[in-house]
Amino acid sequence: MAFEESEVRYVAALARLSLTDEEIHRFSTQLKQILSYVDKLNQLKTDDISPTSHGIPMQNVFRKDEVIPSLDVEKALSNAPAREGPFFLVPRVIEDA
Amino acid sequence: MSAFETVIGLEVHLQLATRTKIFCGCPTLFGSSPNSQTCPVCLGLPGVLPVLNRRTLESGLKVALALNCRIQPALKFHRKNYFYPDLPKGFQISQYDLPLSFEGVLEVPAAAEAPAFAVRIHRAHLEEDAGKLVHKEGSRASLVDYNRAGIPLLEIVTEPDMRTPEEAYRCLQTLKHTLQYLDVSDCDMEKGSLRCDANISLRPAGAKELGVKTEIKNLNSFKHVRNALAYEIRRQQEALSSGGKVIQETRLWDDVKGVTLLMRSKEFAHDYRYFPEPDLVPFVLQSEEIQAVRRTLPELPPARTRRFMEQYGLSSYDAGRLTSEKQLADYFESAVQAGGVPKATANWIQGDLLAACRERNVEILDLKVPAAHLAQLVLLVEHQTVSSRMAKDLLKAMMKTGEAPEPLVKRLGMSQVTDSGTLQAAAQTVVQGNPKAVSDYRAGKRQAIKFLVGQLMARTKGQANPELAHRILESVLKEGA
Ligand SMILES: [Zn+2]
Repeated sequence: MAFEESEVRYVAALARLSLTDEEIHRFSTQLKQILSYVDKLNQLKTDDISPTSHGIPMQNVFRKDEVIPSLDVEKALSNAPAREGPFFLVPRVIEDA
Repeated sequence: MSAFETVIGLEVHLQLATRTKIFCGCPTLFGSSPNSQTCPVCLGLPGVLPVLNRRTLESGLKVALALNCRIQPALKFHRKNYFYPDLPKGFQISQYDLPLSFEGVLEVPAAAEAPAFAVRIHRAHLEEDAGKLVHKEGSRASLVDYNRAGIPLLEIVTEPDMRTPEEAYRCLQTLKHTLQYLDVSDCDMEKGSLRCDANISLRPAGAKELGVKTEIKNLNSFKHVRNALAYEIRRQQEALSSGGKVIQETRLWDDVKGVTLLMRSKEFAHDYRYFPEPDLVPFVLQSEEIQAVRRTLPELPPARTRRFMEQYGLSSYDAGRLTSEKQLADYFESAVQAGGVPKATANWIQGDLLAACRERNVEILDLKVPAAHLAQLVLLVEHQTVSSRMAKDLLKAMMKTGEAPEPLVKRLGMSQVTDSGTLQAAAQTVVQGNPKAVSDYRAGKRQAIKFLVGQLMARTKGQANPELAHRILESVLKEGA
């Protein structure tokens, strides 16, 4: 299975990863190897097997609509790299027209 | 300019009213102090597990059934991946290939001068809301409040079945009215419980293929939707008729300027790399469970309209108007149960009461006229205790004081004179005091009696029953001839 350098660049951009040309080349080669290994699964006959999204035979796990106390604001913010009052502070994102 | 056909589709996000968020136990109270309703799950801290709130599924199911959707027998959640600071996990838990429901239909009833039509529902699925970003004027930073992150939403997507901004407006109104019947959301646009985006494209009239669409966001009311769509039709028409192209993009409605503007956001690849949410198991809905939820559905507008026509003898327009809004229909039925004659009750609601609502910009329940009071008013007119003209004044007094009509009639000395003895005596006096009109009448000028009825009404301070006054005058005039 092909995994071109252009695709590595694209996926890296989506994941907000900044990679050097050397890394892109290396990852492209490695990802090709990994994908062709996984590709072996396609040789299996799976016509009679229904699709699964989970390895465990479990379904319908619910909770009741009952309140569990939230974190204290100070605790919620304690891992934040930056804050202002009770808010998380992030670099400005422009969304206005 | 009519060489183009407009094609409109809508996307509505409905906040489901629950005590807790969709995947964690944080409360969902509106207006709480920032970041006071968060926990490791909705903050996306490592190692936590989301667990589905059963009530969100039930509420979503209710809406799906009310919109005549097919229900997915086994549904799954997916991760929709993108980076934005209002999304703490870096993905939103949503649904992808196996949504809660699909292929529904919403019947939009006839309006005063427009026929009914149907809008197909493409799908309705469950997902979690994102946090709220507060942009600080002149600052290089934004503030984030994650109280809203993880609030349960139902996203309802219509097929592109609308052809005018007015149809989109009516579709949204009908949708909102239907949702209000279900009691699953407060549907408050100001609080963001109901949000709407619109997709619009033009194509040459008669063409099968859809044109390039734009998506309009920042629509804070149904009126904005209508205005933004009307503007966007003009903009796209101008582009296409001058040989230009419409570019697929997201535009924001600026209500102050009355225009849509291209949304400039940080480069935002529309490649969400959906994949199954490994932390949530599939949900299998047995048909008995679906039937159980179906049984909890209230009588919805189309069925209630039919019943109002049969049971109360209302016209289809009256029945449709009254049942479009649950509180209006409930109010009508309470008044009828309290003894109000159905037709007259419907007329009062659609006439004076709704006019007062529009004038004061309030709901019918805010008018200080409980349904039982309206029923009494209807009966006072029916029993001719007050004339219909006096009843209008009486209603005004009722809205002012909140009192029941009967004591008010006594206090204001309003009751109609229906005692024929009293009227007989007054009629004699009128006839004696107006010889000119009497002789005109007797000379064949039948119109002259109107003047005499007026005199009689004046003598009784407007409290005579006009029909009775007319009859008694006629007989007095006949006797004296
Ligand atoms: Zn939480």
